[in-house]
Order: sequence, then C-alpha cells, then structure tokens
Amino acid sequence: MALVFNEEQRLLKDTAKEFLAGNAPVEALRKLRDSKDETGYSKELWAQMAELGWAGIAIPEAYDGLEFGFMGLGAVIEESGHTLTASPLFATVVLGASALILGGSEEQKKTLLPAVATGELTLALALEESNHHNPTGVALRAEKSGDGYSLSGEKCFVLDGHVADKLVVAARTSGEPGNSAGITLFLVDGDASGVTRERRNMVDSRNAAVIRFDGVSVGADAVIGEVDGGWSVLEPVLDRGRICMAAEMLGGARECLDRTVQYLKERDQFGVKIGTFQALKHRAALLYTEIEMAKSVVLDALSAIDDGRPGLEQLASLAKAKLNDVYVLATNEAVQMHGGIGVTDELEIGFFLKRARVATQILGDSGYHRDRYATLCGY
Amino acid sequence: MGDLEQFRLEVREWLEANCPESQRKPITREEQVWGGKQRSFPSEDARIWFERMRDKGWTVPDWPKEYGGGGLTEAEAKVLKEEMKRMGCRTPLYDLGIWMLGPAVLEYGTEEQKREHITKIARGETRWCQGYSEPGAGSDLASLQCKAEDMGDHFLVNGTKIWTTNADKSDWIFCLVRTDPNAKKQEGISFLLIDMDDPGVTVTPIELISGDSEFCQTFFDNVKVPKGNLIGELNQGWSVAKALLKHERKLMSEIGQDTPGPSFGPVQAALEYVGKGADGKLRDAHLRDQLVQHEMNFRAIGLTHFRTFEERVNGVADTNVPLIMKYVGTEETKRKEELLLALLGTQALGWDGDGFNQDEIMTTRGWLFSKALSIAGGTSEVQLNIIAKRALGLPD
Repeated sequence: MALVFNEEQRLLKDTAKEFLAGNAPVEALRKLRDSKDETGYSKELWAQMAELGWAGIAIPEAYDGLEFGFMGLGAVIEESGHTLTASPLFATVVLGASALILGGSEEQKKTLLPAVATGELTLALALEESNHHNPTGVALRAEKSGDGYSLSGEKCFVLDGHVADKLVVAARTSGEPGNSAGITLFLVDGDASGVTRERRNMVDSRNAAVIRFDGVSVGADAVIGEVDGGWSVLEPVLDRGRICMAAEMLGGARECLDRTVQYLKERDQFGVKIGTFQALKHRAALLYTEIEMAKSVVLDALSAIDDGRPGLEQLASLAKAKLNDVYVLATNEAVQMHGGIGVTDELEIGFFLKRARVATQILGDSGYHRDRYATLCGY
Repeated sequence: MGDLEQFRLEVREWLEANCPESQRKPITREEQVWGGKQRSFPSEDARIWFERMRDKGWTVPDWPKEYGGGGLTEAEAKVLKEEMKRMGCRTPLYDLGIWMLGPAVLEYGTEEQKREHITKIARGETRWCQGYSEPGAGSDLASLQCKAEDMGDHFLVNGTKIWTTNADKSDWIFCLVRTDPNAKKQEGISFLLIDMDDPGVTVTPIELISGDSEFCQTFFDNVKVPKGNLIGELNQGWSVAKALLKHERKLMSEIGQDTPGPSFGPVQAALEYVGKGADGKLRDAHLRDQLVQHEMNFRAIGLTHFRTFEERVNGVADTNVPLIMKYVGTEETKRKEELLLALLGTQALGWDGDGFNQDEIMTTRGWLFSKALSIAGGTSEVQLNIIAKRALGLPD
C-alpha cells in the first residue's frame, strides 16, 4: 500500500505534465472542437504519446509493454485531466487493454497487446445501452450461429466508438437484462459488416458513439474470457476504468482550483484583490480540503490495483463517487468565483465544467456508486 | 521496514502478555484514568495496566527516555498505536500535558523545566489544564487581557480564563498572559505555568448543553508566580502557543476516534435501529445515502491521515495538507453525530431515567458535545482562513 508516488512515478508525472502543457493544452481541445475534427483526437499527438511509452504503461512486458503499473498510468491520466487532453488513453489503454489482459486468451493477448503498446491499435468498450450506467443491463443479443455468434442490438455512449479499430462488446448470451450471469465479451472489428457507427456530439467535445449491430458475425475465437462468464472480466475492467477516470477528474478539479486561486489573486474589485474577501477565501479553502481528501482516495485505489489488494470494488466506488462530487463542486465553484468571465466560452473553465459532467456519467454517477458501496458493505 | 516489522511483533507480544483482558474493551468516560493528585483507578486492572505502560514509558511513547518517555521513533510510535488499536487496548493515561503542554515544553523548555514537568506528566503525577481563551478573547485570542506583572522576583497574575477544561480537577494550568500591555497584540504575550493550589486561584464550572460541566472559568486574583515558570522568552509566548495549537488541532481532528461514545458505530446503529428490507438495503433510502456518504468521508479522512504520514516518511511532505485535518475531522464528526441521532430516532432524544439505555444516552450527549468540536481549538471558520492563507496564498 502506497499513498505516495515513488521517484520513477514522479519523474513520469513530471514528464507528462511538461509534455501535455507543451503539446496538448486545453487550447488543443478547443481547436478539435472548432474544426469539427472527425477523429476527435489528434493521431499525431497519440503517436507521440505512444512513443513516450504511455500506451504500454500498464501492459505486461511479455506483450511489449512497460509493466509500469496503474500508479504510473494514473499519474499520466491525472496530468491529462489538467489539460483535458483528448486521446485514446482511456478507451484503449485503460478499458480495452484491461479487458484483454484480464480476460483475453494467450492468442488474443499475443496478437493485440503489442499493437496497443505501440499505439497502432485502438480499442473501445461497447457496454451501455441506456442513459444511465447499468453494466448488468446488457440486452444486446449474441446468438449461436454455426461455429460462432451473431450479434444484434444497440450500444450507446461508447467512448472513441466511432473510430476505434476493435470493439470489446458486452453481449447477452443467456439470462435477462439485470443479471450479471449470461454476459459474454466479444471482440468485434470496428468496420465489420453489420456494424453502423454514429458519433454523438457531446458537450465536452470528446468522443462518444452510438453503435448498431445488425446480425454481426464473429467466430468463437472472438470471445474474451468465458461464454456467459463475461462479468468476472467486465467488473474488474470497469473498476480499473472508474479509478483511472477518478484520476483524470482529480487533475481537472485541481486545475480548476489552481486557476481560480490565481484569479482571486489578480482580480481587483472595491479597490482590493477579491482574494481578500472571506466569503471567497472560505469557498476556495473548502474546495482545497475536498480535493486533498479526494487525492488520498485516488492514490489508494490506484495502488490497490497494482498490489492486487482485495476489496477493489469498494475502493473503485469510493474513488468514483468522491471524484464525481468533487469535480462537479470544483467546476461550479470555479465558474462562480470567476464571475462574469466564468460563463464565457473564451475562458477555458467552461471546458472543465462540461467535461466534469460527462466524466461523472462515465462508468457510474455518485448515486450508482454510493448504492454499490453500501451494498458491498452489507447495508 | 524489516526492523519495524520485528518491532511490531515485539509490541504485539508485550501487549498480549501485559494488557489485562478487561483493558481491551471500549472505554467509558468514567473509566478513563487521568493523571494528577486526584488520580483514581476505576479498577485494579486499570491500575496495573497504567503502571506497566508507565514503567515502559509508553504513556508517552515518543518522548525521550530520560524524561520518562518510551524513546520511540515516530514510525515505532505509530506501530504501537496501531497494535493497541488492533487489540482494543485502552489508552492507559489521559492528560492535556501529554497531548499539548509536553511537546511544547520539550521544544521550548529549559532542562530544569523538562525534568520538573515532563517527567511528572509521563508518570501521571500532574494533571494539566489550558488557560487560553478569555470571555473577551475567543477566536481573536491575541486580544487576551489576563496580565502578569513583573514584580522583580515573581509575576503577579490578575484576570480570568474561560473554557479551562477540567480546571477543577487539575493541578497545574498553562496560560497565555499579557506581560507587555504596550506592545502590539501578539508581541506582548508570555507563556506561564501556574500551580492551581496557589492562593488567589479559583475555579467555577460551566454547565454545557450536553449536561457536562467539564469546562470551567478560572479566576486569578493577585496570584504570585515564580519567574522560573515562564516557558520560552518573555513576550514570546505566542510562538509557544502556536506550536502547541498545532498539537491541539491534531488532537481535535482525531478526537472522534478517542472520545467515549456509544458502543455502536453508524453502520451498526443503522442495522439495529432502522433495519434492512427484503432487498438487503437499509429500509430508509435517505438515511442509507447519508450513511454511505459519511462512511466514505470517514474513510477518505483516514486515508489522508495515512497519506500525510507516508509523505513525511518518504521526505515528500506537503506541509499544507495537515492544515485541513482539524477542519475535516471535526466537521465529519459532527455529521456522524447528527447521523446517529437520525438513525436512532426518538431513542436518541432521551435525557435520563427509564426508557433509554446507556448507548442511547451517550448518543444524545455525544451529539450535543460534538457541537464544541468545531469551535474549540480554533473555529472551523478560522481554520478555513488559515488554509486560505497558508495553503492557497490568498492575501489578507
């Protein structure tokens, strides 16, 4: 158990901070938005990030990764939260690669993970089917068909879904929506016949897609993990995703605080800096305490993944619930304390406000995670 | 870490052999052993446990051995604390001297003062109370008026101190007094130790909303105090007080864990007083959500305590983070008390007599007591001011 980064991890974090500030600041997201970029992220940037090794941070050395662990990956993602950098880091490296690492066959891992580590192969997790996170609510059918399966149904809120090379699809092979048993994970080519992908323009200018599957044929070798037993892979994948998303949110919340405090020190009203006003001091100080507590939670959860500590479910829900609340608070407070300029598109705070709401919905809002945590604790 | 693990095993073995079975149960307020002339033991086991810990120096594990301490490093003291908590061992000795005065005397006191006072605190021979606040000086502590005049061979003290916890049971009081009425607020204050038996010292208890009267007002009427009782330099008492306040705030942030309360925590109280439905969830969805939020916050606070410790050990301490602990600890404890009250319903609203068991009465009293937590030792609002200034660098 470690609640501090070691020296290597700190070094990585500093490198990430410097690289992202120089190559992918919030301004870069604004450009993607304004140019209506069809990919939704810069492929050149992603190639550079992969060159730095980031695509392979959490991939085992046996599959050409760096095997640097989630503390390291979390450090990079936290920094990407400061800059709101759009990249396949989350959908491909956290969600997609984790599904392969935790559930993939030796053949799948051998052929796919090295390509993920170099940044050549991108992935997306197709899970949600409604407007609220509901991982057991999978209804998309996978029917036995010859030696393989035929997939039919619709997925939504698939991050990077419209551009990913391969999709990890949660499908129902038995049971009813709501059951965790009977879910099977399939690996499907993004451009397979019968797949229709449509990007949705989200408020945060980041990628999310609706994907229709009309009798999409896959072989038996497309199954990740066990047939009907996908949940045992899916749940830990989602928990890793929740914890890493919490790391991004921590970075975003901290950035909002830093920018706001800076503004309180610069802005004059009534002949003094507005940071002298106790009403604003208390708001800023309160936000600071919330962020520091949230930081402890995120670090503990990241280290728990690396240590293989039991009880990760609780820590993931704790981290996601906490960071949902803190990020929403941070962005609301940042807008309010910036005053009029806070509601202009020119000020970048608005990008954080928008990202916070999307990030909150990714893999479960606070209500979802508080309910899950309480259930895990037996009440 | 090998040495520390070895130490853990030794501690475990020693506690196992030396802590009487009866001293491994949650403690009630009546069972606490406080130091000083009025010291008494609720049981023979409590006396044995106290004496064994005292002889080991573990009433004050991280104080130097030559003054009766255990001479443990911070990491070792933490191991001892963890092991005691794991086995449920009671704190063998309670005293403000341990938590607050001692560390300040160790930092600012003369050799003679250390030999005189530190040793007696470690051995539970004196009980201390604190004289900071005055009726006219609360959050604005530096405006205090209680004065000590230099009479050549002694100080002559006149004035009054309020919220002097357990002053009626204490042997000594450490006070902030004004020694230079003409200096700027903070600069004319000195830190003085006063024997409560001195002629001219009187104490009146103050009854609180919780029914307790552990807070008192203490009056000084021409009290003669020897010059040797001054801690630190004349007119430099504010620095000593600030050092000591840090200890008080740390204590206040942890008090929720150490204050005697009902034998149940919020989760247990919820299961017992609200109960679960057929779906396995607490029957009241609103209370369930409040409960889980508290449990999450409580865990986050614990992790933050642990993180600040780890950062210190690893030499990467962010010295601003400890500033938040008094605020978050006391505010969360208040929320916990409100939650317990809500969970117990009318069973938490009894005052005394029939119909309410001991745990229920303690819930009621604990809730009322908790209101003082975010006031004593620097109000929450003052804490936020400090955070804004020190951690965020916001201008005055």
